[in-house]
Amino acid sequence: MYSQGLIGADARTEETQAFLDAFQKRIDAEEKIEPNDAMPEGYRRTLIRQIGQHAHSEIVGMLPEGNWISRAPSLRRKAALLAKVQDEGGHGLYLYAAAETLGVSREEMTEELLSGKAKYSSIFNYPTLSWADIGIIGWLVDGAAIMNQIPLCRCSYGPYARAMIRVCKEESFHQRQGYELVMTLARGTPEQRQMVQDALNRWWWPCLMMFGPHDADSQHSDQNMKWKIKRFSNDALRQKFIDATVPQAEYLGLTLPDPDLRWNEEKGGYDHGPIDWDEFWRVVKGGGRMNRDRIEARRRAWDEGAWVREAALAHAEKRRARKMAAE
Amino acid sequence: MTQTTPLWEVFIRPRNGLSHKHVGSIHAADEVLALQAARDVYTRRGEGNSIWVVRSADIFASDPDQAGENFEPTADKVYRHPTFYDIPDDVGHM
Amino acid sequence: MALFDAVLELADDHLVLGHRLSEWCGHAPMLEEDLAMPNMALDLIGTARTLYDHAGRLEGAGRDEDALAYTRGEREYRNLLLVERPNGDFAHTMLRQLYFAAFMEPYWQAALSSSDSVIAGVAGKAVKEMAYHIRHAGEWVIRLGDGTEESARRMQAAVDALHPYAEELFEAGAETGVLPSREAVRPAWEASIARIFDEAGLRAPSVAYPQTGGRQGLHGEALGPMLAEMQALHRAHPGATW
Repeated sequence: MYSQGLIGADARTEETQAFLDAFQKRIDAEEKIEPNDAMPEGYRRTLIRQIGQHAHSEIVGMLPEGNWISRAPSLRRKAALLAKVQDEGGHGLYLYAAAETLGVSREEMTEELLSGKAKYSSIFNYPTLSWADIGIIGWLVDGAAIMNQIPLCRCSYGPYARAMIRVCKEESFHQRQGYELVMTLARGTPEQRQMVQDALNRWWWPCLMMFGPHDADSQHSDQNMKWKIKRFSNDALRQKFIDATVPQAEYLGLTLPDPDLRWNEEKGGYDHGPIDWDEFWRVVKGGGRMNRDRIEARRRAWDEGAWVREAALAHAEKRRARKMAAE
Repeated sequence: MTQTTPLWEVFIRPRNGLSHKHVGSIHAADEVLALQAARDVYTRRGEGNSIWVVRSADIFASDPDQAGENFEPTADKVYRHPTFYDIPDDVGHM
Repeated sequence: MALFDAVLELADDHLVLGHRLSEWCGHAPMLEEDLAMPNMALDLIGTARTLYDHAGRLEGAGRDEDALAYTRGEREYRNLLLVERPNGDFAHTMLRQLYFAAFMEPYWQAALSSSDSVIAGVAGKAVKEMAYHIRHAGEWVIRLGDGTEESARRMQAAVDALHPYAEELFEAGAETGVLPSREAVRPAWEASIARIFDEAGLRAPSVAYPQTGGRQGLHGEALGPMLAEMQALHRAHPGATW
């Protein structure tokens, strides 16, 4: 999954105007920036924050779906969900590695996540309450993520763009997996149908919030666009997502929980009702139902794994010493 | 202070006859775990049949500030390229 | 029906262990293991599915893989006690994996020449998977056994806790004509474990009272809650398609 349009470019930077202009020229020429290249401090810091947040989102994102691996109702679904959650871990791993090229360690980023200093996508602070949530997450949450991620494959920073290409390649199975699951439920028993409509009702609005605040309220996003870290505005991506999703929901005979949703011929897209930004900020600031549990789960994994990581390092050291002694 | 587990760069050969290509990085305490991690992370979809891992710290990279002096002097050595030489078509493929 | 029972035993071993491993997903000691353990779990679940499907056909009563996996209770499950043991810490999980894979690799090796073509087919795929599981889990057992003081203590504790369940691996199954002899696998298993324990500085305890009974559906208390969780949704909607 991904950052949600909250990361503003870090404008604090002390480079000379000539340096900044030369850097901008490279960006404008669609040249990729690579790890050891000279870059403005603001560009570097912004990327560390955004890639870090993106990586954290993938890792925390393993938890809500992981909640249903043990209860998947068929062996086929169990294998697919396990493979999918594993993929999210892989995406987090690729992204941490991309951020590490900018001079920050995975350990440092992890500490920032656990201390609450670093954020992750607020969508994962909602609980998964039924099996249908797994389908809805694949279809809508991954669908929203793909909208955001495809442009990131062309991000100006080489390692980030390369990581995203790999992520997008793998992600394509996720959304299809989700939609197929939703379709099966929508065509299933009355209970299954009700289960999937309920899940859709709960996830629809949080999914729209994934794109971040309206452009008018989004800070510093101009600089992000200028540096080609971001290529489309929050609202443009949200619109694209809605326009793509409405017919998919209609196909299944499911109702999107927005009475104001209607086609606007003039703009060639759907209009939608007001988004509850109070809820959005509450969840971003830690007030979601699962914020505490998510971080707690990550902290436990990290703390309880410490002795394993230490043992591996200690063993490597012993082997090095033995090899030296033998030589 | 948290101990950091070393970073490794992973190279995969998609199939025999091709060269190993950089695909990403992983963390591991030693080369055996690094190879296993590389296998588990980067070959889940049949991406290859051989893996190299190299400690990231063991890679020496050219300095981007020297890119000009390193790579631009080659630009005008057109005579290194086959198309620099005119051979009549009658001679046939060469 | 002996072959049906025997295939079901194998299928249950693989599903229960695969399920246990999948419980780690998202909670591993490092991200790399968050990818490694699901790989192993997916190998096991994949094998279980083929075996359940085969068992269902052998039985001929119309039970498919999900009917066999999701609608039998703990008394009907025929898995080894070893594989149902709770994950415990990472040392327990890796040792359990090693014990199982170090048995299954030579077992599948012997099954390659089985007269049952499905079993021979499963063996061809599984023998490679188990070889990797031995390597992956074995390298961890070595590192934890010969790592820090704490890891050595935890690793030895895992050996002490799980070794009583090893003997059951060699118990004759429901059928031994089409499937390999389990007892014949003992020397290979012991050699693998001895090699790894030697490098890890671990010692196998002498076991006065080996724990067995899984093949008769006589389990410990850990399997019931695991199955209850696994089967709850499926059982709540009889006949539904997922």
